[in-house]
Amino acid sequence: MATTTTKSPALLVGQSLRRREDPRLITGTATYVDDVKMPGMHHACILRSPHAAARIRGIRTSRALEMPGVVAVFTGEDVAHLGPVPCGAALPGLRVPAHTVLARDRVYYVGHPVAVVVATDRYLAADALDAIEVDWEPLPAVADPEKALEPGSPAVHPEWPDNIAFTYKQEGGDVDKAFAEADVVVRQRLVNQRLIPVAMETRGVVAEWKPGDRQLTLYTSTQIPHLVRTLVAGMLKMPENRLRVVAPEVGGGFGSKLNVYAEEALMAFVAMKIGKPVKWIESRRENFVATIHGRGHVDYYEVAAKRDGTILGIKLKLIQDIGAYHQLLTPAIPTLSILMMPGLYKCKNVRADLIGVFTNCTPTDAYRGAGRPEATYGIERMVDILAAELQMDPAEIRFKNFVGSGEFPYQTATGLSYDSGDYAAPLRKALETVSYKTLREEQRKAREAGRLIGIGISTYGEICALGPSASLPCGGWESATVKIEPGGQVTVLTGISPHGQGEETTFAQIVADELGVSIDDVVVLHGDTSLVQYGIGTFGSRNTAIGGTALYFALQDLKEKLKKFGAMLLESDDVVWNRGRCVCMKSGKEVTLPEIAAASYRAMKLPENTDPGLVATRFWEPPNFTFPFGAHIVVTEVDSETGAVQILRYVAVDDCGKIINPLLVRGQIHGGVVQALGQVFYEHAVYDENGQLVTGELTDYAVPKASYIPAIESYHTETPSPVNPLGVKGVGEAGTIGCTPAAVNSVVDALSHLGVRHIDMPLTPEKIWKVIQDRRTA
Amino acid sequence: MIPDTFDYSAPVTLTEAIELLSSGAKALAGGQSLIPLMKLRLASPQHLVDLSRIPELSGIREENGVLHIGAMTTHYEIESSMLLRSACPLLPQTAGRIGDVQIRNMGTIGGSIAHADPASDYPAALLALDATVRIAGAGGFRTVSYEDLLVDSFLVALEPGEVIVDIMAPVDPPNTGTCYVKAPQAASGFAIVGVAVRAVKSDGVVSSARVGVTGLAAKPFRARSVEQALGGTRGTDADITRAAALVGDGVDANSDLHASADYRKHLAEVYLRRALRAALI
Amino acid sequence: MKKTITLFINGQRYSHEVEPRLLLVHYLREVVGLTGAHIGCETSTCGACTVLLDGKAVKACTVLAVQADGRFVTTIEGIAANGSLDAVQEAFWNEHALQCGFCTPGMILTAKQLLAREPNPTEEQIRHGLEGNLCRCTGYQHIVNAVQAAASRSGD
Repeated sequence: MATTTTKSPALLVGQSLRRREDPRLITGTATYVDDVKMPGMHHACILRSPHAAARIRGIRTSRALEMPGVVAVFTGEDVAHLGPVPCGAALPGLRVPAHTVLARDRVYYVGHPVAVVVATDRYLAADALDAIEVDWEPLPAVADPEKALEPGSPAVHPEWPDNIAFTYKQEGGDVDKAFAEADVVVRQRLVNQRLIPVAMETRGVVAEWKPGDRQLTLYTSTQIPHLVRTLVAGMLKMPENRLRVVAPEVGGGFGSKLNVYAEEALMAFVAMKIGKPVKWIESRRENFVATIHGRGHVDYYEVAAKRDGTILGIKLKLIQDIGAYHQLLTPAIPTLSILMMPGLYKCKNVRADLIGVFTNCTPTDAYRGAGRPEATYGIERMVDILAAELQMDPAEIRFKNFVGSGEFPYQTATGLSYDSGDYAAPLRKALETVSYKTLREEQRKAREAGRLIGIGISTYGEICALGPSASLPCGGWESATVKIEPGGQVTVLTGISPHGQGEETTFAQIVADELGVSIDDVVVLHGDTSLVQYGIGTFGSRNTAIGGTALYFALQDLKEKLKKFGAMLLESDDVVWNRGRCVCMKSGKEVTLPEIAAASYRAMKLPENTDPGLVATRFWEPPNFTFPFGAHIVVTEVDSETGAVQILRYVAVDDCGKIINPLLVRGQIHGGVVQALGQVFYEHAVYDENGQLVTGELTDYAVPKASYIPAIESYHTETPSPVNPLGVKGVGEAGTIGCTPAAVNSVVDALSHLGVRHIDMPLTPEKIWKVIQDRRTA
Repeated sequence: MIPDTFDYSAPVTLTEAIELLSSGAKALAGGQSLIPLMKLRLASPQHLVDLSRIPELSGIREENGVLHIGAMTTHYEIESSMLLRSACPLLPQTAGRIGDVQIRNMGTIGGSIAHADPASDYPAALLALDATVRIAGAGGFRTVSYEDLLVDSFLVALEPGEVIVDIMAPVDPPNTGTCYVKAPQAASGFAIVGVAVRAVKSDGVVSSARVGVTGLAAKPFRARSVEQALGGTRGTDADITRAAALVGDGVDANSDLHASADYRKHLAEVYLRRALRAALI
Repeated sequence: MKKTITLFINGQRYSHEVEPRLLLVHYLREVVGLTGAHIGCETSTCGACTVLLDGKAVKACTVLAVQADGRFVTTIEGIAANGSLDAVQEAFWNEHALQCGFCTPGMILTAKQLLAREPNPTEEQIRHGLEGNLCRCTGYQHIVNAVQAAASRSGD
């Protein structure tokens, strides 16, 4: 027993530590799904519909079956007994089409899986794919959600000729009165175009069936291994404890892997059927049609205001392009947009009418931000349009309408309770950073010299830490188990499933601080349902705020237990836990954590009412969402000859609550902003009239490259959240939420003196050039 | 996303290669266009003849004021060639705008011009340089102008069994200004429009101007009306503006997902102005 | 008809009989067992499969294994000498230049070649030099920082 006291090392929370997950990633030794290899492993390729709508008159597999190495071909009939691909979201009156694992007599979108061929080798499986013969009867298709609503449009699902998947209304306050009393009403149609998530790793599944154990293991590139286990077990009608799901290293998700896909159940079926492990790796071409798309809104906004800029009311008609089916959360995504309609503003009168529309396209679902970027884009574009109408400065109109810093918790017209904030602070900081007044002056001079400079502001709020269970289609809590091993090292099993966000590091920082152990003695494990107690997963910027909080409470439990053992060992009732040691306040004597750990497992003696060992598990249910916020300012210059836009400056001031690791927070902001800049300038999933995806490859669908993107200046204000003891809010989606309106506002501002009021994304050079041409000839 | 099966030969002599190609095999240069097509099974040749092991197809040299660039010379070798940078900077400048660094490391000039993608970069420069191409076949060698080699989108005047040996361009005379500019398609990097200019001034007057345009039409072309309009002028900004305005005249411009015909024509004019300014002013 | 090829990968000699259509990336991943080069597309766009062929960065999904016969290949597994990280690896780690890590091996190898050709690149040169490698997580900024850091370190 030591009696010396050492100086406490500095706390790690708040420090920019480099990541502990990186050594395997920078040396190429991490294991992604495609790196999983098993003896006897077979390879599957999936035949997909080339038509957006067609009847399948027949499928002939005999030629494929004769190809070298082919062991099986399965079609819709073979998997008819499997349960449907699940839709977890429930809305009143929701129409849920029968979403079978493989198509049977009809296909509904390009990419619809029709058959699977299994061979001993991936090349041979690919060869055999061409030998499956399908007798197609192409049918009329509709790809545009507004056209799908027109009478006489082809019916995506014949049983619902109006193509309406659901309608949903939400209203708060007295909207009609607000509009009647308004001095000014601005209206605008805003398109939030369909996007393709493009995680760098496509999806993939390896399934292994051990008949002797009746155990099925699925390695799948997912953000939600436990939910996949529950739902795929349901599809397979298999007891859940017979299925193990492993999310190995996952190469990006952005919401596209927050889902349960047909291929997960299909590969399980194949492995069980052929009695061999089977691997399916999605090609990029498949990924573009077979993995969910994001966004896909057409929004009709109306904003009523007083002449002084006070916003009185907001009306929104939201048309959500569903695609052909509901995936896991499809119908829920636009409802998040509605919740966030008022943004950071004190508007108490809102009305939203949402229509979900079936189209013959790939299903939409959660994509980084999931409903919230769309909402922020809407309100922040509308506020700029209102400011222009009233000839007010866009910063001034925002300051005027912000919820005040003394008004928290703040009840919104959409039923949310904003947790904490000082919404003016990031905007002030952003304005100071760009020297706003001087900048406006420079803009004026540049304009006189014929240059088109734009300054765009957005201030955003977001709903993070999804979320309280009552608000989600699945549980919204999160879990953590902390084990102090007999040797004193600490193992964390977390229910989240990080894939780049860095919780192997940030959670270890929290553990090191709470227990006073070296961070090198902490290991954070995740992503394996046979290892980790049940968890929900990684999405909705929830990892730290919920998963971290579950961890925090488990650590508190453990500290209590450590103190009990410490008190016993020190033979004192008056002990405290201090940086890895239990200290007797009277004698100053200490026992170290490894000493306590050893004693707790050896269990020669136990404190009263205390079990041996040092393990604590917590499932933590958050009482509310968290509400991060921030302000982004983008300075752009438009080339008046070509319409090309250059970003001169990008300043982001984000308040994500308390920051655990500033380096990682910056990484999240940069990544989110650049993904959003992709939406602003380049990305658009374009379907032609026949429902063919025209941008079906990375050679036609542009994601941002290093040279397209400026340096992002990232700053913070730090307003702790009262929702959790860590004070954290979440940062994974902030960049995608704050960026799009700031960038579009900037380009529109650059052209405002020509009378330009709005341009829909993506802001391609040609589109901007045309707008300039039109204005100049007008 | 796996190529279909094929036979593969890697001859070390030109004669051997010509023999194989005469029997219907397809030439493989750097593979940067062909292999992606084969992976998507948009091309499924039965026999590939890899030209990379034939020494006389590689390398850059100057002979009597003429630059010889072996067909299997990579874009990177062209981009970084000190000889070309001083004797014919238009080619390294153009090569440096192709695709990305990995593609430039593998892709070759011969492969690129034989593939004849109408949005590729070299055609603009080779037209502006009035380059010639030496071709070997069973009957020996022949030399054609690059302009004549170019037949249409993805089509060149190569007979079965013929292989491009080298590309020839004159060393720039004194007072030559050149420039290649392009509007890249954001996803693929190919040229929505690319414009190459080579102009020679003597006594302050434009004595020769050649303009190659890629991406604008189904077939890259020499903008002769622009060249004529510039010839004999002093190459002032006004001369440039007047001449550049002619670039789209009578051109049946491409229109696709990435740019309409009108926009392409407009861009060609803007980029040509910019290239001419860089070359002349 | 299969061909026998011999490659020198990360300093070791490998000889195998392969189908001509076998892509270099599949040869490395499936035959040799080096899975650090990843496959992110089939159009030679994303660069996740980048390896060095005779010291030059190439996209291993757009090279046939037979084309690499007799040549030297360096993969991400081969750049840490005797267990100590390469300067670019170290810089990627220090600067948080990766998140999901899928693009990272290719990105690091392209960055290595970039620095070999231009030891003191400007930010613009770095950004242009990395055009053949897509990253969806980082927004590239920390990658640029890492390349700059590696440059200044090797300049010491």
